[in-house]
Amino acid sequence: MADDPLAPPAALAGDVTVPPAVAGAEPVQSVCTPIRLSYTYTPGKALSRYLRAMAERRILGERCGVTGQVFVPPRGVSPLAGTTTAGVVELADTGYVDSFNITRVPIERRPDLKPPYCSAWIVLDGASVGFMGLVINIAPEEVRIGMRVRAVWKPDDELETSAANILGWEPTGEPDEVIDDYERLGRADPGRA
Amino acid sequence: MLEYPFTRSTGPVIGAFLTGLREGVICGIRRADGTVLCPPLEYDPLTAEPLTELVEVGQSGEVLTWAWNGEPRPMQPFDRPFAWALIRLDGADTSMLHAVFADSPSDMSTGMRVRAVWRNEREGHIADIAGFDPVDADLS
Repeated sequence: MADDPLAPPAALAGDVTVPPAVAGAEPVQSVCTPIRLSYTYTPGKALSRYLRAMAERRILGERCGVTGQVFVPPRGVSPLAGTTTAGVVELADTGYVDSFNITRVPIERRPDLKPPYCSAWIVLDGASVGFMGLVINIAPEEVRIGMRVRAVWKPDDELETSAANILGWEPTGEPDEVIDDYERLGRADPGRA
Repeated sequence: MLEYPFTRSTGPVIGAFLTGLREGVICGIRRADGTVLCPPLEYDPLTAEPLTELVEVGQSGEVLTWAWNGEPRPMQPFDRPFAWALIRLDGADTSMLHAVFADSPSDMSTGMRVRAVWRNEREGHIADIAGFDPVDADLS
């Protein structure tokens, strides 16, 4: 081993001796050690407002008093200006696909997500940032950046104070949004013409 | 809930230890000076020399230190209060962390004797040892 620095050490090369009770047995080569973190989240004022509005099929954002940008979900502060937000803005449940991803690998414990499925950043009409959601009622291969979508909500009797009330986003059939990356990155007034 | 279903490769030394657990034996590994580390390590913690000689150790041992766990959490070895303990098995020179099934802290003491309790269904995992039972000194 001293002669060849690249040779694996004996213990890792499998050059080990074992007691008789172990010698004849099929060797264990891997072990599953799952890690779980179960937590309770306290939403605070801004997200509480947002979640209560969700139960009424309304989407609330908040406006930055310095830049005019509208953030959703709201956190009560502007991440860019570092100030508390200036006011609540009700947003439409329509918008466009800003970017998207097609998942082809299933997730354990999420049998409801059947691959292939499309998750996307949706920029809501009136918002300055993307909002995560599934694009549904269209083949994932047909999803494109700029595609106009609207929210598909749970039935009224199933609404909760949760963003899970939005089952996904389906195409509206309107013409695609023309996206100017430079304009989008620095957008001061998110109001649509 | 956040969850990551990690699968780790065990390598020949830890793999042999886990294989032993599945077969109902506990293995340590011998250092150059003859002392035995249990659980086994791939390297000597003092000299960094690779270690390769796995040996069987006893299934009973001595509690070196312990802490009472009065409020067990999900996934812990026992759903009633129990003790975590460092247990030096007979034939080993180092100690293993595991659970001791005692009814109360007053049943625990440093130096007490304990014996491994095996699960019936074993898969090559540290939990193949369900825990350790106190051994009545008069009967052992």
